[in-house]
Amino acid sequence: MLYRRAGIFHTSYASDRALFTIPFEKWAMVALLAFALVAPFVLSSLAITSYVRPWLIWTAAVLGLNLILGWAGQFHFGYAAIMGMGAYASVHAARNGVPWEIAVTLGGLTASVIGVVFAFAALRVKGLYLALSTLAMQFVMDWVISHVPAISGGVSATLQAPPMKLLGHAITSEAGTYYVVLAWTLLVMLFMLNLRRTALGRALVAVREKDFAAAVIGVQSFYYKLVAFAASAFIGGVSGAMLVFGFYHAVTPEQFAVNVSIELLAMVIVGGLGSIIGSFFGAAFILLLPGQMNALIAWLAKLLGLDIGVEALAHIPHMIYGATIIIVLLIEPMGLGKLYGNVRNYLLVWPFGYVRK
Amino acid sequence: MDRMYFLELAINGGLAGLMYAMVAMGIVLIYKSSSVPNLAQGALTMLGAYVVLGFSDALGVPMWVAIPLAMVTMFCVGVVIERVALRRLAGRPIVMILMMTLGIDIFLRATTMTIWGGSGRPMRLGIPDSPLFLGSLLLNRAYVVGAAVTLVLFVTFMLFFRSRQGVVLRAIADDYTASWSVGISVERGVALSWALSAVVATAAGVLWGSVQTVDQSLSLLLLKGITVAVLGGMDSLGGAVLAGALLGILENVASGYLDPLLGGGTRELVVAAVLILTIMIRPHGLFGRHDIERI
Repeated sequence: MLYRRAGIFHTSYASDRALFTIPFEKWAMVALLAFALVAPFVLSSLAITSYVRPWLIWTAAVLGLNLILGWAGQFHFGYAAIMGMGAYASVHAARNGVPWEIAVTLGGLTASVIGVVFAFAALRVKGLYLALSTLAMQFVMDWVISHVPAISGGVSATLQAPPMKLLGHAITSEAGTYYVVLAWTLLVMLFMLNLRRTALGRALVAVREKDFAAAVIGVQSFYYKLVAFAASAFIGGVSGAMLVFGFYHAVTPEQFAVNVSIELLAMVIVGGLGSIIGSFFGAAFILLLPGQMNALIAWLAKLLGLDIGVEALAHIPHMIYGATIIIVLLIEPMGLGKLYGNVRNYLLVWPFGYVRK
Repeated sequence: MDRMYFLELAINGGLAGLMYAMVAMGIVLIYKSSSVPNLAQGALTMLGAYVVLGFSDALGVPMWVAIPLAMVTMFCVGVVIERVALRRLAGRPIVMILMMTLGIDIFLRATTMTIWGGSGRPMRLGIPDSPLFLGSLLLNRAYVVGAAVTLVLFVTFMLFFRSRQGVVLRAIADDYTASWSVGISVERGVALSWALSAVVATAAGVLWGSVQTVDQSLSLLLLKGITVAVLGGMDSLGGAVLAGALLGILENVASGYLDPLLGGGTRELVVAAVLILTIMIRPHGLFGRHDIERI
């Protein structure tokens, strides 16, 4: 019905391999993009600063983690450390007078170098042991960040981040920051969308399915693992920098601790492994749902005259967060992206359901 | 003097390490039977300690009644977790299983905090605070008791694995398809291993609760438990006990000498380094089974 494919005839390979071949999807993308562009003028400033902006930045980070976890199939339980390295490197560079664009790129490159260190674990082991070794590396990185004064400025110190600057112009307005963040997320999204059309993307998928088998058909699995770790670390590093410049405005070691790594993993899993639209859903779900549900519970308790302690209210969001992961895994292990895919598949041929293979 | 200091660090560390082994034993029990790396073991440990306190506070019963009651409760909790959450994920990619156990970890921790609150509480087992003298060495009495309990548990498990039900568990650990085909109820065996592991977690929670206080930090024993489990080999109970003692000695001695130099926090660093080095050098651990992969 909505996703009508009648009348689409591909006369060239280019049109067949376009990103969006179904007109409805093309127009939906255009509409969404137009809405994203006018959003700062339509939505309240509270919604932009406290919901939309963090959501976009986290989505970029989740897409980066999805590259390594969903596409290359390599576990990464230390992604927050990578983001933290990128954030610290770019903040230090910007504070020392490096132009902002270069500082952020430097942050990404630093994160890439650290990401390659993580990748050396992938040379040796995979599966559970890779997960555990990257988790251990996260702890080592946490320790390094907080105990090396040259990075964090001393134990439990906070580093102020200078404002964003593009071509020398400081960007301090809400809308301006929003557009920078939006541009970065769209860039990462385009990269991920295009990945499935490239040799790199296909090689990564081959490595994910079975690295020995990939090696047999001539895909150098270790080289591609390394590339995947470095590329996803670059995205993570820049996203970490964006998080600090565009949302926190200051950087402390706790912002990139191990629980953040787990939160990112939860976003990927809830959104769906390897799913791009799922990354958007997953980030929104994990970021916004617990707080909203908590507000709802507090409101209900007030309505019913129940007395829930302050301490209990502080822990209920975590409970909901844990329950969300469990429930999504039980109902649809491939995440919200798969749910969207199911709806799309149904509507593709509706009302002729029997056409579906 | 210096040698005495070293010995004291090493022996106390080894005893504490045997208590880590208790957490690791829970992980090993589950991994052996169902190849599920249980990252919720820390949360189970913490929940166990809180349930014991809950029974002793709510019913006003003495500790020696509250602990068995809590163990029975935790036995049921273990069965429920396996039945509700893990059974449906059997055969799924390991990332989903890992994420499920992490989700359970977050959920259990937050639920415990919601019910009992975050402030630390003492666990009074009646172990005197005064140190035990071994020659001129000072030993922490709580560690001695904990290490003894670990060894008792280990021997109990060794005997249990010779019983009929234990043989069933060993068969499942060896090859679950084969056990299926000879009529063993694999599901029931796996559920039993979860239940046993939750009971072991309760014991660990009680003993660690008496060493420190009962609060959220009990769930951080997970990192130490999983390190011990990997170092000993994920499917070897004896390996877990030996690796626990090793890690405890290493951690205590290293932090005793390095903490003044590096400004604290080296405990976690040593544990993480041991985990990384084990995986890099000998992924299957000291006594684990070396898995061969088929293409």
